[in-house]
Amino acid sequence: MSRPAPFTVLWLQSGGCGGCTMSLLCAEAPDLAATLDSANIRFLWHPTLSEETGTEATALFEAVLAGEIALDALCVEGALLRGPNGTGRFHVLAGTGIPTIDWVRRLAGAARHVVAVGSCAAYGGVTAAGVNPTDACGLQFDGRRRGGALGEAFRSRSGLPVVNVAGCPTHPNWITETLMLLSAGLLGEADLDVYGRPRFYADHLVHHGCPRNEYYEYKASAEKLSDLGCMMEHLGCLGTQAHADCNTRLWNGEGSCTRGGYSCINCTAPEFEEPGHAFLQTPKIGGIPVGLPTDMPKAWFIALSSLAKAATPERLRRNATADHVLTPPAVKDIKRR
Amino acid sequence: MSAEARRLVVGPFNRVEGDLEVRLDVADGRVRAAFVASPLFRGFERILEGRDPRDALVIAPRICGICSVSQSHAAALALAGLEGIAPTPNGRVATNLILAAENVADHITHFHVFFMPDFARQVYADRPWFAQAERRFKAAQGASVRAAIATRATLLHVLGLLAGRWPHTLALQAGGVTRSADQRDKMRLLATLAAVRADLQDRLYGAPLEEVAALDGAAALEAWRQAGPASDLRLFLDIAEDLELAGLGRAHDRFLSYGAYPQAAGRLYAGGTFAGGTLGPLDPAAITEDHTFARMEGRDAPHAPFEGSTLPDGADEAGYTWCKAPRLAGAPFETGAFARQVVAGQPLARALAAREGANVRSRVIGRLVEAARTLIAMEGWVRELEPTAPWCAQGALPQEGRAFGLTEAARGALGHWVVVEKGRIARYQIIAPTTWNFSPRDRDGVPGPLETALVGAPVRQGETTPVSVQHIVRSFDPCMVCTVH
Repeated sequence: MSRPAPFTVLWLQSGGCGGCTMSLLCAEAPDLAATLDSANIRFLWHPTLSEETGTEATALFEAVLAGEIALDALCVEGALLRGPNGTGRFHVLAGTGIPTIDWVRRLAGAARHVVAVGSCAAYGGVTAAGVNPTDACGLQFDGRRRGGALGEAFRSRSGLPVVNVAGCPTHPNWITETLMLLSAGLLGEADLDVYGRPRFYADHLVHHGCPRNEYYEYKASAEKLSDLGCMMEHLGCLGTQAHADCNTRLWNGEGSCTRGGYSCINCTAPEFEEPGHAFLQTPKIGGIPVGLPTDMPKAWFIALSSLAKAATPERLRRNATADHVLTPPAVKDIKRR
Repeated sequence: MSAEARRLVVGPFNRVEGDLEVRLDVADGRVRAAFVASPLFRGFERILEGRDPRDALVIAPRICGICSVSQSHAAALALAGLEGIAPTPNGRVATNLILAAENVADHITHFHVFFMPDFARQVYADRPWFAQAERRFKAAQGASVRAAIATRATLLHVLGLLAGRWPHTLALQAGGVTRSADQRDKMRLLATLAAVRADLQDRLYGAPLEEVAALDGAAALEAWRQAGPASDLRLFLDIAEDLELAGLGRAHDRFLSYGAYPQAAGRLYAGGTFAGGTLGPLDPAAITEDHTFARMEGRDAPHAPFEGSTLPDGADEAGYTWCKAPRLAGAPFETGAFARQVVAGQPLARALAAREGANVRSRVIGRLVEAARTLIAMEGWVRELEPTAPWCAQGALPQEGRAFGLTEAARGALGHWVVVEKGRIARYQIIAPTTWNFSPRDRDGVPGPLETALVGAPVRQGETTPVSVQHIVRSFDPCMVCTVH
């Protein structure tokens, strides 16, 4: 029995680090090849994986543009570079003499879906940080503003705007699951949040499942990196505001940023690269952190914090500023209540 | 016979990290001159200017998704220099483990995913080894390619446990690491490393890691090729013999390593230079960058990194790349796993350097020997971790200062130079491994290592993307996103 036509993917990289691809290769149980195969997803060309190089690759791009090969998803990794002076020549696609941003605009018109892989392709990301030397932007966002390389009005042939699989880097399964949902026809506009992110991972907060939650509850705070306490009060952690499922999905086995001992920097959000303060330092006004937990009224946060601080168990107070557990939880005799 | 030269422009060059274009002047079926262009400029050094110095640990790793930890390590070393502190013993050992996991993962990726698939191309369909090469190394599909990707993912669990995730961790800090490990974590790390060891021994080497690490000369290597265990390594040695890869891609044979993995006494791989058969010390003050053929302002004279600048000049017609030309005492140097093993004195690497220099075959062997040596060391480092001893020393940043951090990425010597004024980054200069290897010509017209290595490469009738050129380029394991950053 012959299989139906595969869901075809063409992957281009521009102003980024390639880290989303490197992360993608970390897919496990099943691995990347088996996952893609399970959904009949086929890479027409991928810069890391494919055999074709040079003219073999550009011939394939031309065949897609000519409509000879159907393209189901154009995946773009890395920001789109408009500079210098609007020419796009800070990245001319090798061997072609044509700026990559122009290749992307042309190929986007031929694709059923367009997927931004990573925060650079989605919003500009770190490539657009600081003075933004290359006038970098995302496919359909320029930071938090709609627009970007393809423009606010862009819709791919499917009718969807650009799907922004934001993250720096992306979790491997954010990518594979997005592609699988698209290929199954199960990802519609209502499944994307206001920044175009698939809600299957963006409707969670990094705070969910963070192993430091007990410290958070009692405002038992880490004072320096390597401390075990909650990193929100002093070390800039944005886990209570960051949209992602990092602490329930986990990375590279059993990891996440907060499990690795450092703050969440909200890398799935547009303009995360410019927090307006040092990343690992919490800005405060009158001793109260400026960024409050999502959906939490300020007065309540202040009231709860002072109450929680007063009620902090000695165990958490001690452990919060140590790099390993000094006092374990007491063992209670469950028969005596 | 025609002496008429033709020009080939090769790109996009995939199965390297990032985008690469190579211009070739070809005559009489050979490359006569090569010009290597890095076509992507992002300007990370400018992005870093004006920031809090600690932000370098967030920004610098994002230069590169494959050398992310190395970039982080160089930044952490530079910050440690500014603060005048050193990591705690646990911090040093955990940092070694984190960096080594990335470097070994990169060697695995390079061999299986980037380099070997070229031998499964149809152009080699008539070779006796082709069926095996195709079965094991067909791009994205070959049995060994898929097995290696799975093993790499397993190895990166070391990062998940000790550093939260890979790439782009903030676990490496000036004074050590942010996450402690307990005895149970150590057991888990040993289990992960054992699984990696098992796959590499079964499939890649066909022998214990220790036997690979102990290879001591050309004779031992030839014996392995003729009678060694069936394995991907032996397949590679057969292919290399048949295609004479040892005769392909020789550059200047001047090698540079900053030295890697500090231990209680000395480094696992000592640093220095090796040129003309002689080991020499490395003087960081002798490093400069030349902008003559880079599309960068500042072409008047070579710059020391502390005085360097990164001001792109898109109108520059003489420049043919965004890559600057790093030089040590005025000369181009090659860096990478082979260079590192030569400088460190690994006997096989030294023997190959003396006999045939750096070439497509020896660069790959250098990587495979190093992967074995490093994995063995990692097992020992896990046992050295002391759960209740300190993991991260604390320091304070000065308002004014300058410092550099030198480390070794998978693909070679990586340095960060930072100048702090009024508590902010006033200047940040980065020289990455592939900046050395894929350097353009300098003011004296001296080409970089790859440009030299490509001269003489054979070009077959009708080839637009010569396969020999692909072997040579990929033998360096280039990282283009680091090169220009």
